Amino acid sequence: MEIKKGIAVSPGIAIAKSLVIDAEDYRIPRRSILPSVKVAEVKRVRDAFKKAISELEHIHSEKDFEGERIKDIFAVHLRFLKDKNLRKKITDLVYNDLLTAEYAISTTLRDVANHFAAVQDKYISERAADIYDIEKRLMRQLLGEKREDIQHITDEVVIVAHELSPTQTAGFDRKFIKGFATDAGGRTSHTAIVARSMGIPAVVGLEDVTSNVAPSATVIIDGNRGVVIIEPDETTLKQYQEFAVEFERLERELDTLRDMDAITRDGVMVELYGNIEFPNEAEMVLDKGGHGIGLYRTEFLYLYSETEPTEEDHYNAYKQVINVFGNMPVIIRTMDLGADKFTQSKRFVRESNPFLGLRSIRFCLQNLVLFKTQLRAILRASVNGNIRIMFPLISSLHELRQAKMILRDVMEDLDEDGKKYNPNVPIGIMIETPSAALTASILAGECDFFSIGTNDLIQYTLAVDRGNERVSTLYSGADPAVIKLMRSVIHDASKAKINASICGEMASDPEFIMLLLGLGYRTFSLAPPMIPEIKKLIRSVTIESCNAIARKVLMMNSEREVINYLRSAAMKVLPEVF
Amino acid sequence: MLAGQVSQIEVEIKNANGMHMRPAMQFVDTASRFQCKISVSNNQITVDGKSIMHMAMLAAGVGTKLKITAEGSDAQDALKELHDLVEVRMFDEPGWQPKE
Repeated sequence: MEIKKGIAVSPGIAIAKSLVIDAEDYRIPRRSILPSVKVAEVKRVRDAFKKAISELEHIHSEKDFEGERIKDIFAVHLRFLKDKNLRKKITDLVYNDLLTAEYAISTTLRDVANHFAAVQDKYISERAADIYDIEKRLMRQLLGEKREDIQHITDEVVIVAHELSPTQTAGFDRKFIKGFATDAGGRTSHTAIVARSMGIPAVVGLEDVTSNVAPSATVIIDGNRGVVIIEPDETTLKQYQEFAVEFERLERELDTLRDMDAITRDGVMVELYGNIEFPNEAEMVLDKGGHGIGLYRTEFLYLYSETEPTEEDHYNAYKQVINVFGNMPVIIRTMDLGADKFTQSKRFVRESNPFLGLRSIRFCLQNLVLFKTQLRAILRASVNGNIRIMFPLISSLHELRQAKMILRDVMEDLDEDGKKYNPNVPIGIMIETPSAALTASILAGECDFFSIGTNDLIQYTLAVDRGNERVSTLYSGADPAVIKLMRSVIHDASKAKINASICGEMASDPEFIMLLLGLGYRTFSLAPPMIPEIKKLIRSVTIESCNAIARKVLMMNSEREVINYLRSAAMKVLPEVF
Repeated sequence: MLAGQVSQIEVEIKNANGMHMRPAMQFVDTASRFQCKISVSNNQITVDGKSIMHMAMLAAGVGTKLKITAEGSDAQDALKELHDLVEVRMFDEPGWQPKE
């Protein structure tokens, strides 16, 4: 049994077999075996070789090779797989040193590859790549399809990975995934966001969990405490099974709040919406008691398929959500690609500073065909429900005007084509940059609503890369700079009589809710599984007390002071949440 | 000829690219056709001439001299063929040319 401590980013408890994904490399954890299974383990090595050989012979006879060179390469690989010296070296490691088949194969072939790589003669040193190829082929035999083919999982698993990319998570079959544990990441990493939206536990920032978990090992992910337990002993396993039951009971209890309003004790109504990434998450928002979609991320349309989405792809994805929500608001955010999110076609040029580069609305304004396709679909869908359009990452009035102009162009096109749309579709912007926050009074005059994307706003205000674990401790919504910007945005929005909501991670963090209410925010959009908990918190407080908290926080000078104060305030109201 | 007889020759790598993967494969394939035990030495290490891993690890570039030792009833024939492969056919590759 091994216990690893990380950052808890999504609550819950998962107990399942591990599926270790390593995007960069086949890094196999060292793990020894018991003497009693050494004969069976040697057989695993032999079988892997046998299967790899027959696979290669099959390719060799079947494919019509373009040249002798490739044929030679496979022939060389075959000789290696048939080399008795190589196999004996590996089986000796298993039999005498009691290592796993995976580790023995990996370490032996890596020694060989390193030996080649060190040779001066370039013609020979480059052949190290062949050895890695052979290693991969054997590993695939040992670990089966499980390792590679994450789209066709058939058993319940917890995913253990260095870091999950949007493209990877888009491909998951969500039915079978019970939790995430990753080496890298923080509270706002992609893994964390996806886990919360799926309602499964996740622990990130574990540093080296991928090298500690063997494939198919039993793993407990405790998303409440930020702990991952590898191969738990009997007592621990039993204890956690009880925790899991208890946690589910609490969840069910919270679900009873579903049909109640999010209303404070002194009668102030708050709107709670859900953030979604995929159309099929819409139902969950309703289930959890959300009154609409405050943020419909549309990137999945680009990340999921090999080809660019058509207007119909867009339209169907929007229609599907409207069908669930009827007349409740659905805020569709236009494409927010770039920086950490890329499309399959890798249209993006490498940038040295992608977060300050051609991303999001900037990318759309330079790729009008792609942008207009999406806008057309949103407008067409707008006749069927309460759709609102939201532009991300606006950093100046000029950008907002450009985006609106393009929207008008698309409306004219639709007029010409005789297609119906809602000409008064509300248009909002995300406040994610300090420049937008500071000029909110100007921007408010030309749009219908604001939604604060706290993740980017914090990152740009504090100049901290939220994905970089070496500086991520500097990233905090409790920083006085962030709070001052948030106060000025709500102030400017109220003056212009437009709504300002919050759709970033801060809105699903119980610690911040009272402060946000005190600053004047009345609309929050959050990960669906968090809605009941936040609703419970709102129902437990008075606006008067929240105002007092906000006043006090605005006088504070440091992030530490703010966070400690907010934490203890929230703890007093709702101790069981913490 | 008697079993257990030991013979040895010295060959020099003459093809420009040295004994990389494909030549190593040819060497091993040729050596494996014989019953006798074959070992190859580059003065630093001695390896099994029928193992591609071993042969590739010799990393013998052009100009390298290798001692081939064969032990067994068909040792003479094996050495003759291996000599032919390395020095005469040069692994069916172009030889080394001095640069102009």
